[in-house]
Amino acid sequence: MTAPAAAVRPTLLDRLPRGARAVAWAGILLGLLAFFVALPPITVRSPVVPFLLGLLGIAAGIWALTRGVRRLGWSAIVLSILGIGLGYLATLSGEAKLSGVVVWSALLAAMLRFATPLTFAAIGGMFSERSGVVNIGLEGMMLMGAFFAILAADKLNSWPLGILAAIVAGGLTALIHAFVSIQLRADQIVSGTAINFLALGVTGYFFIDTYGDQGTPGSGIPRIPEVDLGFLGSVPRAGEFLEAVFGHLNLMIWLSFLTLIVAYVVMFKSPIGLRIRSVGEHPRAADTVGISVYLVRYLCVMVSGMLAALGGAYLSIGFLGSFNENMTAGRGFIALAALIFGNWRPLGAFGAALLFGFSSALAQRLPEYSTSGAVLFQALPYVLTLIAVAGVIGRSIPPAAIGRPYVKQ
Amino acid sequence: MSDAPSDSEVPGPRHGGDYAPSVAERLALYQRAGGLVTPLLTTVIAFFIGGVVVAATGHNPISTYKGIFEGTGLNWFFPWVSGTERVVAEFNLQQTLLVTTTLILTGLAVAFAFRCGMFNIGGQGQYTVGAITAVWVGTVWADLPGIPHAIIAIVLAMLAGAVWAGIAGILKATVGAHEVITTIMLNWIAYWIGTYAFGGGGPLQNDANKSVPISSDVDPDARLPVWWGEELLQGLHIGFFVAIAALVVYWFVLSRTTLGYEVRAVGFSPEAARYGGINVARNYFLAMAISGVFAGLGGALDILGWQFRLGSLDIQVSQIGFIGIAVALLGRNTAIGVGFAALLFGALLYGTSTRSLDPDVFPPELAGNLTLMIQALVLLFVGADLIVIYLWSLRRKLRRSRLAEVPA
Repeated sequence: MTAPAAAVRPTLLDRLPRGARAVAWAGILLGLLAFFVALPPITVRSPVVPFLLGLLGIAAGIWALTRGVRRLGWSAIVLSILGIGLGYLATLSGEAKLSGVVVWSALLAAMLRFATPLTFAAIGGMFSERSGVVNIGLEGMMLMGAFFAILAADKLNSWPLGILAAIVAGGLTALIHAFVSIQLRADQIVSGTAINFLALGVTGYFFIDTYGDQGTPGSGIPRIPEVDLGFLGSVPRAGEFLEAVFGHLNLMIWLSFLTLIVAYVVMFKSPIGLRIRSVGEHPRAADTVGISVYLVRYLCVMVSGMLAALGGAYLSIGFLGSFNENMTAGRGFIALAALIFGNWRPLGAFGAALLFGFSSALAQRLPEYSTSGAVLFQALPYVLTLIAVAGVIGRSIPPAAIGRPYVKQ
Repeated sequence: MSDAPSDSEVPGPRHGGDYAPSVAERLALYQRAGGLVTPLLTTVIAFFIGGVVVAATGHNPISTYKGIFEGTGLNWFFPWVSGTERVVAEFNLQQTLLVTTTLILTGLAVAFAFRCGMFNIGGQGQYTVGAITAVWVGTVWADLPGIPHAIIAIVLAMLAGAVWAGIAGILKATVGAHEVITTIMLNWIAYWIGTYAFGGGGPLQNDANKSVPISSDVDPDARLPVWWGEELLQGLHIGFFVAIAALVVYWFVLSRTTLGYEVRAVGFSPEAARYGGINVARNYFLAMAISGVFAGLGGALDILGWQFRLGSLDIQVSQIGFIGIAVALLGRNTAIGVGFAALLFGALLYGTSTRSLDPDVFPPELAGNLTLMIQALVLLFVGADLIVIYLWSLRRKLRRSRLAEVPA
């Protein structure tokens, strides 16, 4: 995946897929197109079109497979089959109903809203896991962030202080995980599970102790503002669409994009990232060249807690403006799934977060067709991740030294 | 199998190797180092910190813990408790033991996989599919006569648990996918399947009221008989003895059969076991499947013993499988340990519930969260065995140096 060291610095052009890889990508696009043509605004009513497009996609996938491009080839085949199925279902559905459910601008805006907490937590998880510390406590750290953000925002009457409180709470929770799993060399899974319980208990206890049964006050809590980009509406042709998607996004959503870029640069384009990854792949070697394994791991785990807590803060004082017990409801685990599905890489994790966010956004609108089906649809991220780690569609491979405590010599 | 090595013959941990000892090696070590003292100490410290939190938020920790203790019904064992108090205690103890029954099984589900060197976080999902299966057999197959009906429901629920855990086992054995990741995913898949099955328009939703996401009631024939307390007041069903039997089976399989020997050998060192001719992949799968059997059985007993129905909400709030992790670790993955740890957590869970804790003493909503905190602290300290082992070896060293000084 990464370019060969020192030899020739690859330009952007060199990194474009060639040969079989390009064909596999074409197959993936054809598979998506098979579904897309059946949806508004194109709304092809004949099932033949998605069927033909899907078959082409499958053929491209198989051709790529025979050339040894496994991951992309299989992706093209699976997506094309899905595209045919979904496209066919869409042609069966009534046109009016279809245009009611599939409103692209609303779906995309909802996707970004759902994906943001996942993006923060998944990138946080990447720092921790790339340095060799498993973090299944993301859920708990997120919950801590959500609660302390709203507590501080409410009591101090300021949303920036709320965000700050979330960062501190998440960092401290992560510090417990770091101390127990790095210093005391406890099992990282046990420690992460404990963090999840601890966060559930602590936030629940102080929530009820502070707010009682009434819950957080509905209004009056300062919220993280939306960024108003009304001028997008004046862009010719696409203006309305752009404004509907990007015009009124929460500040935290833009911040998540920024975090993504910074995380990518830090992890893969800077000496710091090289150190983090070396600690996660071969701590003994890193130690030998003078990198402090403990320090790197401590910092990475704390960064992961802070980022996860930002995701939580977005949920409580950005998105909903309220808090209730266990409000993260498994989002930390979806973020973990996104991280694994994205193969422990920032862009991969972001892509997976968008995919899972889109499936949540779609699930919100599916009850139009079938209430029970919409519920089952929410299992999709977990099924996809299970398939990804099972290696059917190319294996997700974790950092080599993940989960193993390091003993200084 | 008298030649199976006892715990004291297990080779000591590696020193100066590249990494810390494996999970299994550490387990062997802390079974020797901690014995009974560590779990007890862990529990005391966790309760102490919990008490500090209670005191810090302006409540009286002593009366709080006293209230929780009386809510558990464990005071039934005191001969001086009499009259109404005794009747109340008797009822509370039945409820505590109901929870204990399930916790023993979800605890064993974690413990068995742990002895094979795997971490089964999937107890919750395996419990859920077991419960769903029991509801399905109990409500849909209503024509079956009583005893076979219950037995078929239990067996199929155990099988469902085995399949659910077996998926993780197979993935570990064939492609090496980490069981922690796969079981987490399987937990959530079970969560949504359950929410779907009993939710609006789901296949197992009741026919009477389609706005309530809950199943029909299990056929009365298939319910387990109550042996202690009133049937109408949710007395203790015979599943309690099944759980006790499961503890015995767990001990017997692990320490008296070839299967158990192989499972433990793989747990101590997969490489050495492979060298010794043991099929490691097969044992990974079997150990996970057996773990799933325990958790699935727990789900079935809950449904057939006292819940009789299952709703989407029940599945969403249930933590019983996760608490099994704390039970197994506090019980050091031994049969007796799991039994007592299950009793402790069962008592804590019921003692802090809205049904048993007097709101004048301490608000139960807070107490439920206190339970979660205590659980987390127990896990943290049990996990951080290094402190204990360090202190232990320090003590031994001290004693030795003292011995050395005497003759001089």
